[in-house]
Amino acid sequence: MSAERGWTEPEIARRVLADLWEGAYVNLGIGMPLLLNELLTPEMGVILHSENGILGMGPAPPPDRRDDDIVDAGKAHVTLVPGASVFHSADSFAMLRGGHLDVAVLGAYQVSMHGDLANWKRPGQRIAGVGGAADISVGAKQVWVMMRHLTKDGAPRIVRECTFPLTARGVVKRIYTDMAVIDVTAEGLQLKELAPGYTAAEVVAATDAPLAVLEGVRD
Amino acid sequence: MIDKTVPSLAAAVEGLEDGMVVMVGGFGDSGTPHELLNAVLERGCRDLTIISNNAGDGDRGIAALILHHRVRKVICSFPTTARNYAVRDAVERGEVELELRPQGTLAECIRAGGAGLGGVLTPTGLGTELAEGKPIYELDGRQYVVERPLRADFALVRGWRADRWGNVVYRYAQQNFNPLMAMAARCTVAQVDHIHEVGELDPMLVHTPGIFVDRVVRVEREAQR
Repeated sequence: MSAERGWTEPEIARRVLADLWEGAYVNLGIGMPLLLNELLTPEMGVILHSENGILGMGPAPPPDRRDDDIVDAGKAHVTLVPGASVFHSADSFAMLRGGHLDVAVLGAYQVSMHGDLANWKRPGQRIAGVGGAADISVGAKQVWVMMRHLTKDGAPRIVRECTFPLTARGVVKRIYTDMAVIDVTAEGLQLKELAPGYTAAEVVAATDAPLAVLEGVRD
Repeated sequence: MIDKTVPSLAAAVEGLEDGMVVMVGGFGDSGTPHELLNAVLERGCRDLTIISNNAGDGDRGIAALILHHRVRKVICSFPTTARNYAVRDAVERGEVELELRPQGTLAECIRAGGAGLGGVLTPTGLGTELAEGKPIYELDGRQYVVERPLRADFALVRGWRADRWGNVVYRYAQQNFNPLMAMAARCTVAQVDHIHEVGELDPMLVHTPGIFVDRVVRVEREAQR
């Protein structure tokens, strides 16, 4: 994918960032969503949760300031922002499962038109780790997915029914890809916004489920 | 005088026998009692059931126990760290049984075990293979997966500071599963960097009250890998 057509991964991250708000409590999944941690500034007032037990997570420290007891969910070194707190795993997952977290931004293999999320295991994979993904996606007030629109082989990742093992059913509210922003609603999938260089027809063709094009989406 | 400190790592794992269930705190390297795990390895125990968020990494910690054929079963949420070949290969060979529980479910089942509860009703995993084989319970019109509580013979936890009564304070994100596991075992052993006289720790800052801790062993932070 060239930069002239569609969004790069940092551009998708910036697009997600534009929808967050001051005071939002947000959890970032491992992989592409962690790009947001490097783009957030203190002025934005977004408070990051890391499920190993941090509220108020900041970006990676310089190598000489690394602390092995301050890591993110991917076990990478991070920092604590002023106002941060630390806690044990039961409290951490109470924040998630208990509906206290505003937004979870997660990666995915597939998302269905019903908002089913598949992001922890490939079909036929015998040993996989689920980590916190299932609790986070069940508990967050909103689950947003950040992913490439197509697989490396060109297959749509947005589908009628997931063929990958599910993480949770009916939880995804919004999907950000290199091609578009799509909402998952009770009425079905809605194309909300196009990435530069793509037409609505192209995004509809790259999506393996009915996709309504909202009025006002340029074509 | 109550004094739960023990003089050596070997003394800290005294009584840990073949076939026991052992909880191991930590998330990656943070809050993981590597030196206590080395002591379990040296003790030679076999057929262990390990409850931990991860299943070791490379050839260290729980991975070392698996590579030395000391583990029969692992209950965890995320065995697939980048260098997890030990658990992956042992499961593929059929040597180790793997039971996967979502991370929040694992935490709450351990808490339930420590708190004397008969189980956990959680929405996590509903309608997915994560709930396969587990009872579903409907309450007030909502469905929940029924998860059994977890208890252990030993809990190996890692803290920052402890006193001779076994009160423990953790450093930053070192807490993770440690305070929960400390509650859920017949014998809880805390590996800490510093041991204090009784009265030196601020009661308002204690994370794990001493009632949950049976033994405290000091390992100098510089000596830890």
